[in-house]
Formats: sequence, C-alpha cells, structure tokens
Amino acid sequence: MIITKPREWERILRNLDEVHARTVFIMGCGQCATVAHTGGEEEILEAKTRLEADGRKVTGWAVGEVACHSGGTRLETRRNSGSIEDADAVLVLSCGAGVQTVADATSKPVFPGLESVFLGNVVRHGVFEERCQMCGDCVLDLTGGICPVTTCPKGLLNGPCGGMWDGMCEVLADRECAHVRIQRRLAEQGRVSLHAVIPPKDFSAKLKPGSVNLREGRERGRRKPSAPGAPESEGGR
Amino acid sequence: MSRLRELLERGEFVVTGEVAPPLGTDMSAMMRSVAVLGPVTDALNVTDNQGATLHLSSLAASRAVLEAGFEPIFQQTCRDRNRLALQSDLLAAATLGLQNVLIVTGDDPRGGDHPQAKGVFDLDSTQLIEIATGMNDGHDMLGREMAGSTDLYIGAAAFPEAEPFDIQSMRAVRKIEAGARFFQTQAVMDVERFAQAVEAWRPHGVKVIAGILLLKSPRVIDFINTRLAGLMVPDELAERIRSAGDPFEESVRLAIEQVRAVREIADGVHIMPLGADEAVVRILEGAGIR
Repeated sequence: MIITKPREWERILRNLDEVHARTVFIMGCGQCATVAHTGGEEEILEAKTRLEADGRKVTGWAVGEVACHSGGTRLETRRNSGSIEDADAVLVLSCGAGVQTVADATSKPVFPGLESVFLGNVVRHGVFEERCQMCGDCVLDLTGGICPVTTCPKGLLNGPCGGMWDGMCEVLADRECAHVRIQRRLAEQGRVSLHAVIPPKDFSAKLKPGSVNLREGRERGRRKPSAPGAPESEGGR
Repeated sequence: MSRLRELLERGEFVVTGEVAPPLGTDMSAMMRSVAVLGPVTDALNVTDNQGATLHLSSLAASRAVLEAGFEPIFQQTCRDRNRLALQSDLLAAATLGLQNVLIVTGDDPRGGDHPQAKGVFDLDSTQLIEIATGMNDGHDMLGREMAGSTDLYIGAAAFPEAEPFDIQSMRAVRKIEAGARFFQTQAVMDVERFAQAVEAWRPHGVKVIAGILLLKSPRVIDFINTRLAGLMVPDELAERIRSAGDPFEESVRLAIEQVRAVREIADGVHIMPLGADEAVVRILEGAGIR
C-alpha cells in the first residue's frame, strides 16, 4: 500500500490562504490513507476541527472508496457537488495520486493534505516498511528475495559496502546490512555463486510517467507493440 | 606506466599517503601537505568529497599533485555521479595524465554536509571497476570502441577486519575479478586478521596496501568508535593511547609498530595521519622505511 504521513500543517494553511479559502471541503481515502491512519474518517474530523479552530468553515467531507480511482472519485464529487460548490478549496487527505484524481474531478483548487512517502509493507498494524521501489527491473531472483535497491540505503547491487560492521548497516545503525542478509539467505539455499557481479541496473525500466493500458491492445484485437526502446512488458515509457 | 604499479609489480614495498582538496579554490593548504608527504611516499590519494562533504574535485586536485611532481591516486566515489559522468571522468583522468584510480562506493550523503543530496549510486564500486577495466581495453560500458583508451592502474578499498569476514571477503574477491589490481585497506587494528585477509585475497592477483591510521588523540578514537563507519578501535589500543602521558607520541610509536608488523605481510602501507603530516615522516623513519 501507499504510505502517507501528515503534511506540515502551516503549509496547508498557507496553501489555503493563497487562494483566500475561508470554506473548505475535505476528501479522504478509504484505502491506503485509512490504513495508514492519515486520511480516514478520524483524521478528516481532526483536520475539520483544526480548520474550524483557524476560523475556516468546512462545507462537508467524504471518504471515497479509493481516492486514486478516477470513476469512483468522480462519483464521490458528484454526490457531494453541493458542498464542494460551496467550498473555496478542497483539501485531500490521500497520496499524491488521489490528490490528482480529485483535482481532475473538480474545478476547485485542490491541495494535498499529506506527504506520500513510499510503497509500504504492513509489518503489523500501524507499522509500515519500504521493501520495494517499483523499479521495473526486479533483482529479487538474484538476491534471495531481499531487495538491495530498497533495503540497502545506498541501493547497491553488489555489497556490502565498507561501512558494514558486525553485520550491521552503516547508514541505519540499528539495521542488519541488506547484503549480509542476502548472502546468508543465498548460502542457506545453496545459491551462493550464481552471479559473480550483478550488472548495472536498467533505470530506463522506470522512466516517468509510467503507464499500462490493458484495454487498448484487446480492443484492437492485439497487444499494442512496444514503443522503440521501451521495456518488453507493457510498462513505463 | 604508473610508478605505483611499477613498484608494486616489481615487488617493492610502497608507501602511499593522502591529501584532501579544499572547500574552495585555494589549494595552498593541500599543496603544503603535498610538499611534506610527496617526497616520502610513492603516491598520494586525492580524496573525492570525503565523508560526503563538499570539496574541490579530486580530478582537478589530482592534476595539481601531478604538476607538483608527485604521483596522485585519483579517487572516485559512486555517490555523486551517474554512469555517464563516472565514465566521462575516467576518460578525463587519463587525458590529464592521471595513472592511478581508487574506486570506492562513497559514504552516504546522510552522514555528510549536504544531507538533502540525492545519493546517486547509479553504479556500485564493483561495477565501476569492471567498467574501468573495459575502458583500459578500449571500450565503454556498452562495449563500444572508444577513440583512445585509458591506461589506469585500478585500485579498490578492502576491509580486512569487517565481520562477517566471508561476506566482505567475497566482495573483495569480486573486485579483483572485476579488475582491481591493488587494495588500500581500512585501518589495520589486528595484524593477525589482516594477515588472514591478505592470504585470502593475494592468490586472486591483487597487491594489498595496509591502512595505517594515526590514533593521535583520545578524541580521534572516540570519533572513530562513535561516528566512523566500518572501523572500531579495539579496547587495548584505545586504552594504550588514553593512558599515555603523551597520547600523540604514543600514537606515533603505535603506528611505527603497526608498519613494522605489516611490513612482512603487505605490499605497502597507506598512512592516514589525520592532518599530522609531519608524523608520517617520523613513522616511516621509525619503521626503517625511509
């Protein structure tokens, strides 16, 4: 899921002031931001209280099912069209993808209420860790199912670096070195010498903006051929 | 051919030192170090934004060392440049007459003076060593033939005392396989473990230059043990310096002993005096090397 964290409140107020917003509609997200406790009902009501304490009026609020889903978000804005019409601005408590979906669904100024930080594993309730960068060029086959691109702070493919000490990471001293974990696991599985040196990563596999369209090919009765230089799978351009 | 390479390949015991480029354009302080260290060493490492803190580029400073009549070891970290810039700088090094390069990963920017910087690490040091080897053979990392090749003597960092040793050592061997011809090691604290590491690496075809760090004050020891990654000063050495009447003199004595101890094991010493350049001359004389 997408992990978000609260954005600096003063900055949100400055954003609202920039468009002279005295009335605000708040939109949350029923998916990731609800699980992350940043954009569910509870957090929306908290934001409402704070905005009101600042002398602003909250015309209404809603928690869409999934803020980044265009159809659902359009439906949600239609359902709340009256309160959104009454608002000078919309504050969205979701990841940046959700903020943009809402911004596409209304003509009102839309502001982010959260910072989007990473694709997170839910380690346990309320504890999230980043394990995948969505790099488009997965190396987990070579690294025993532990991603060095993400879990090594330097993102080295061939480690450990010289900062490793007693199996621990140089940058995050309370963490085990990702490369030590990788080598241990590979050794346990008898896979040690599969690859001498992992070659440099193909960063073109994750060029912005990514786009996947499963419908286009089917509608034409065949898959859309890849653009020159694009990865073979349908992916980022 | 690089003099460092010539000496090492002839089996001579080499001495390397290191100088740090300035933050700014005035290289006079660095050149004072060069004047002290140059005459007593075979080559001088020129650091590359060491500790992830901003300094004049190693490329320009290495050239200044060369112009002063000494042999630089151009250091290149993978932290600040992507694969285009790294290859481009290797080519530049060759055209500037630099003949040695030490390729290292680089400290993470979070520990430096620009913690907001993006750590590039487009390549890691093993990959860059492989690429530099290819450039010596006349092609870039894509395998394209270049107009003129490099002739760089490629070195890498190695960590003889890091645990788990088997994992750290495996990476050292991969660096040799990638084309590293000499290692400059992290500071040696335990000669026996250093000897075991040399024994593990040398058969793969690498020269090992032992790092000797001047533990010149209790404060330096505290800094190493609390702030510096990949190194710990063992209690007995720390205690020896702390309890000495004159810690600095004791650290020079210790360094002399360390140089003598690694002399029969290593192919050379790399002395890191932490600013006390004059001590290098005394250490070498004390150890009977210069």
